[in-house]
Amino acid sequence: MTERIVIVGGGSGGTITANRLSEELESEIEAGKIEITVVSANPNHLYKPLYLYIPLGEAELEDTRRPLVDLVDHRVTLVYKRVTEIDTDGKSLAMDDGSELDYDYLVVGTGAIPQPEETPGLGEDEPGHHFYGPDASENLRETLANFDEGHLVLSVIGTPHVCPAAPVEFPMIVEEWFRERGVREDIEITYTYPIQRLHGVRPTAEWMVPRFEERDIETKTFFNVENVEDGTIETLEGKELDFDLMIGIPEFTASPIIEEAGLGEEWMEVDRNTLESEHAEDVWGIGDVTNLPTSKAGSVAHYASGTLVSRIASEVRDQVPTATFHGKTICFIEAGTEEGTFIEFAYDREPVVRDENRFLHWSKLGYNEAYWLTARGVM
Amino acid sequence: MSETDIQADETVDAIGSACPGPLMDLIGKIKDVDDGTVVELLTGDEGSKNDVPEWVEEADHELLDIIDDGEYYSIYVKKT
Ligand SMILES: Cc1cc2nc3c(=O)[nH]c(=O)nc-3n(C[C@H](O)[C@H](O)[C@H](O)COP(=O)(O)OP(=O)(O)OC[C@H]3O[C@@H](n4cnc5c(N)ncnc54)[C@H](O)[C@@H]3O)c2cc1C
Repeated sequence: MTERIVIVGGGSGGTITANRLSEELESEIEAGKIEITVVSANPNHLYKPLYLYIPLGEAELEDTRRPLVDLVDHRVTLVYKRVTEIDTDGKSLAMDDGSELDYDYLVVGTGAIPQPEETPGLGEDEPGHHFYGPDASENLRETLANFDEGHLVLSVIGTPHVCPAAPVEFPMIVEEWFRERGVREDIEITYTYPIQRLHGVRPTAEWMVPRFEERDIETKTFFNVENVEDGTIETLEGKELDFDLMIGIPEFTASPIIEEAGLGEEWMEVDRNTLESEHAEDVWGIGDVTNLPTSKAGSVAHYASGTLVSRIASEVRDQVPTATFHGKTICFIEAGTEEGTFIEFAYDREPVVRDENRFLHWSKLGYNEAYWLTARGVM
Repeated sequence: MSETDIQADETVDAIGSACPGPLMDLIGKIKDVDDGTVVELLTGDEGSKNDVPEWVEEADHELLDIIDDGEYYSIYVKKT
């Protein structure tokens, strides 16, 4: 009998896992013992880190997407449907067209969904911008292109926020971009953060202080945005801040199918070392959808997929799975348009941020191209 | 080891949470719950002992207790 591994989601986690699994289980697939299916609501794979560059005119939407069929191993079956229900007792998925798909092993990689609408005044047709989606980042490009004087405020709202580096990078990149355009003198930049320092990760916060000071980027802490009216931000703490251009890092949430399936309250609850669901048999989570106590970042999905693939392969072969994940996370941080650095940590390893340099900036830009090899499972 | 009689309505397990860190995890939960809810934050981060009370005071919530469980801390906060 053929056993079916179903992966829900064709993002970073789902795609890398599908490719590595088909490589690892090559002989089982050829022998007809295993088949692998990816179910994705979107027939394209999206490389979201490029959304950071679209507002500055340094990337185009078409650079962010590639058809899944070009990235995923030919031994994997692709199904372009939205999963509407996961039945972990009956081991079956319901789709938006009414069809069903049974599984023996299930990997859930449905990502984190930006929720700008959770903050009044943020999102489409509202005064507050963000860059966490194709339309939003293009709208911001148009607004920024016409912005040559006034007060730009970048506020981190969401906790957790997908990609902890993006809010750190954006003010420094846009500051240099304004200088290059010769309009910096007429623009004031303010960065706000919910807690008493500039970032949840202490070493990142410490790294930011002198760099933001040097660049004359104002900062405000204990700043929990409650709503964004025309020209004024109001906070939970009762503060007000006027702006001409407001960019928010929105709230995020998991797909409602997670909670409905009893897989977790909002985020999918998994064992931090084995990635197995805390609530169902033969179910694993990968990437931003999980409650892993680390960043919602592509690198986490990438490293975790190695553990996941090894454990699923062991299950398939009736061996005892031994591979474990220890929270390895690496995030590049751009310090403007010329230099960059990175932060690295794991569950039991404190984060370290090194001084920025040109080489790491070019490494990040290079990685943005090389990413497509990561998605293919090559590197 | 020490004990407490406080009953938490919600628990945030931030043990090992490096990014964006236990305090941010706690704020995320506090935003979602109703006034009067007692949230227990589990954290292995030494810094949380100072971070959390400082934020709780600024945001006008109530710090009920900080318990040292040996390997981690349980910090009880009531949303007001
Ligand atoms: C602006 C920005 C900048 C970033 N910068 C960085 C960076 O510099 N470094 C870094 O490491 N990370 C970065 N990230 C984060 C990175 O993009 C994510 O961590 C990564 O994409 C997570 O992968 P994932 O597979 O969990 O989710 P995603 O890539 O979001 O994929 C989710 C997939 O699930 C599918 N899906 C969702 N629901 C359903 C359903 N019900 N049925 C079927 N399919 C479904 C979607 O269509 C999609 O294919 C950034 C993100 C953004 C937005």
